[in-house]
Amino acid sequence: MTKKDKNIFKASWSYDEAPESTDHVQIKKQYDLYIDGKFTKPIKGKYFASYSPSDNKEIAKVAEATQEDVDKAVKAANRAFKSWSELPGKERGKYIFRIARLIQERAREFSVIESLDGGKPIRESRDIDIPLAANHFFYYAGWADKLEYAFPNRKPKPVGVAGQIIPWNFPLLMAAWKLAPALATGNTVVLKPAETTPLTALKLAEIIHESGIPKGVVNIITGAGETGAAIVNHPNVDKIAFTGSTGVGKYIQKATAGTNKKLTLELGGKGANIIFEDAAIDQAVEGIVNAIFFNQGHVCCAGSRLFVQESVADVVIEKLKRRMETLIVGNPLDKNTDIGAINSKKQLQTIESYIKIGLNEGGEIYQPDCKLPKNGNWCAPTLFINVSQSHRIVQEEIFGPVLAIQTFRTIDEVVEKANNTPFGLSAGVWTEKGSKIFHMTQKLNAGVVWANTFNKFDATSPFGGYKESGFGREGGLHGLKPYVKFE
Amino acid sequence: MITNLKNLPTYDTVGVNERVARFCTRSIKKSSKTEGLKLALSMIDLTTLEGKDTKGKVQQLCYKAMHPHDTLKNIPTVAAICVYPTYVGVAKKSLKGSGIQVASVATAFPSGQANIEAKISDTKFAVDQGADEIDMVISRGKFLAGEYQFVFDEIATIKEACGKAHLKVILETGELDTLDNVRKASEIAMYAGADFIKTSTGKIQPAATLPVTYVMFDAIKDYYLKTGRMIGMKPAGGISTSKIALQYLVMLNEMLGEKWMNKNYFRFGASSLANDILMQLAKAETGNYQSPNYFSKD
Repeated sequence: MTKKDKNIFKASWSYDEAPESTDHVQIKKQYDLYIDGKFTKPIKGKYFASYSPSDNKEIAKVAEATQEDVDKAVKAANRAFKSWSELPGKERGKYIFRIARLIQERAREFSVIESLDGGKPIRESRDIDIPLAANHFFYYAGWADKLEYAFPNRKPKPVGVAGQIIPWNFPLLMAAWKLAPALATGNTVVLKPAETTPLTALKLAEIIHESGIPKGVVNIITGAGETGAAIVNHPNVDKIAFTGSTGVGKYIQKATAGTNKKLTLELGGKGANIIFEDAAIDQAVEGIVNAIFFNQGHVCCAGSRLFVQESVADVVIEKLKRRMETLIVGNPLDKNTDIGAINSKKQLQTIESYIKIGLNEGGEIYQPDCKLPKNGNWCAPTLFINVSQSHRIVQEEIFGPVLAIQTFRTIDEVVEKANNTPFGLSAGVWTEKGSKIFHMTQKLNAGVVWANTFNKFDATSPFGGYKESGFGREGGLHGLKPYVKFE
Repeated sequence: MITNLKNLPTYDTVGVNERVARFCTRSIKKSSKTEGLKLALSMIDLTTLEGKDTKGKVQQLCYKAMHPHDTLKNIPTVAAICVYPTYVGVAKKSLKGSGIQVASVATAFPSGQANIEAKISDTKFAVDQGADEIDMVISRGKFLAGEYQFVFDEIATIKEACGKAHLKVILETGELDTLDNVRKASEIAMYAGADFIKTSTGKIQPAATLPVTYVMFDAIKDYYLKTGRMIGMKPAGGISTSKIALQYLVMLNEMLGEKWMNKNYFRFGASSLANDILMQLAKAETGNYQSPNYFSKD
């Protein structure tokens, strides 16, 4: 597209800054570990900083949990397990309901902190992350006293102490996905948020404390990979739930092999977003944008591979380019921001190295003329056109706003290409023809297949992957299963 | 001749609604808000289309058009007055020298149920009286019966009858039922010679909606890319608050952009919108909301 073409529909009315106010937000200078119903200092006294990715300024100091702290947390969880698991489901449900309501009450504060700490646009944290997190608690609170109906004629029992390790892309939401079903089924928990985005989980610890849940039932400890490893390798942890990279997932599976630990993994993805010629093209273009630029592409189920039927490829790509010109990249706290900051320097480097790889491989790059702020970690939304299956940017997960575009001619061809990946987490199908949708959902090897939409989540719907995208499901009735055992 | 309507893009209602909701979350503050409000005011077709309209009523409306609120400085006049053909002469006289256009509905507005001769003479009468713009209605019955050629020919005939007057074609989207139909009707109207396409008469519910306007913008966009001719857009009916007006402008800004962001290519068909905008502008200037009684109702 030439410069002139780009400007045909150029917007002229620029919106004034509309930052979400932060004066109602309370962030402490330093956060301790939440163990056994108390905020306690780490035994070795070490702290690390959490930075705001939009300006790389320190927001707060956070305790680093060592082996000893993990041990303390697991012991507390163990002590709490008996009485918590024996509590009638109805009573457990009350606590979970309370947590859900407290999240709703403080939704604004949560969304500001989520955007501040993680870099995602306030529009997303306000409209998606936080309401969904509350929904998960509401949903699983309802299951707490109905477990016999979830598993008819099989007596479900809680597993014990669940070690939960969550990623940095949806810090509060992932904590909710893991905590809610674990608590509803009567387990106790040691949860570790990611080291770059620990603040909302610690805020959640405050809420959980406020809910009056018995001490030791939920323990939230912060730290990096070593802390995570200490949880995984702890002999008294009965179940590990991990969401994160495939590399770490593989390590965890090896580490838990031969132990009695139950395991669920929700790992990487390279979702195929498939546009057929009979799709509603304009909505499909919007779907592409939502699939890959949602949360700066830091989404394990992102539609990072686009397959467009050849007959409409030119139209789709042109419309997509025009649409990208109107995306606003910038301050995550501004209500008009479409794309926020890249979560960390390290992740930005990874994304940039993949863009270089894509260029070296001969991909045709396209980025809109968007102004990026000077400080902080930023990446313009990026397309790679004319790439093929053998390109690394097609095969490997980039976890950033980078889309690899290929064309196809027939259904069989696109099914083969879409499935030709080590991952199997998500896919999207765009067509006005219902029968084609059902055909595709049968053929695609992906945990989630969205039809005429993308990146939609609901507490009632199970989510999880095939192949190297992991195993086990979170959400819905299926999400209870990893947290129960049968006699 | 009529264009190929078989290969038109289709629309997914759920997807369109979602996209529209995104536009509505844009937060318009401070000077960009004032700018938007003034722009919206300048785009209004101040309308009175009632059986009980009189000369006096039309004259009052014309005065309002020229002097929206004299205590506020630097505010534009509205774009046009929209009346029945019988009052075009009155309006023309009242607005003389103001630069404000006179638009007239024609072609058996609002139902469109009349023969072509009646429609032509209705149009010619309005033009002879001095109308600068003609708002015609399409024959929805014929459209829904699949007689697209008939609809096309009718628009082309009226366009001819308009002479120099601009032609706005009202699709009455509330009767077309689906977004795909809206696109089809837009396509027919544009290729038949419309200068503007317009959502509704205001006599049928739903009148203008953001999803329908989205589809019409999209049609205008594609038509421009194919032919290089810019078509204007006029949502009408039900747009009564500044907030909604700004949502339309956000969508216009992000879909069609700079070239369309003026009264030559975008209009609001509304009557009570003007006062709401004035109230917001007064608030921006003084910092306080004022009583509606401070704004003249005409």
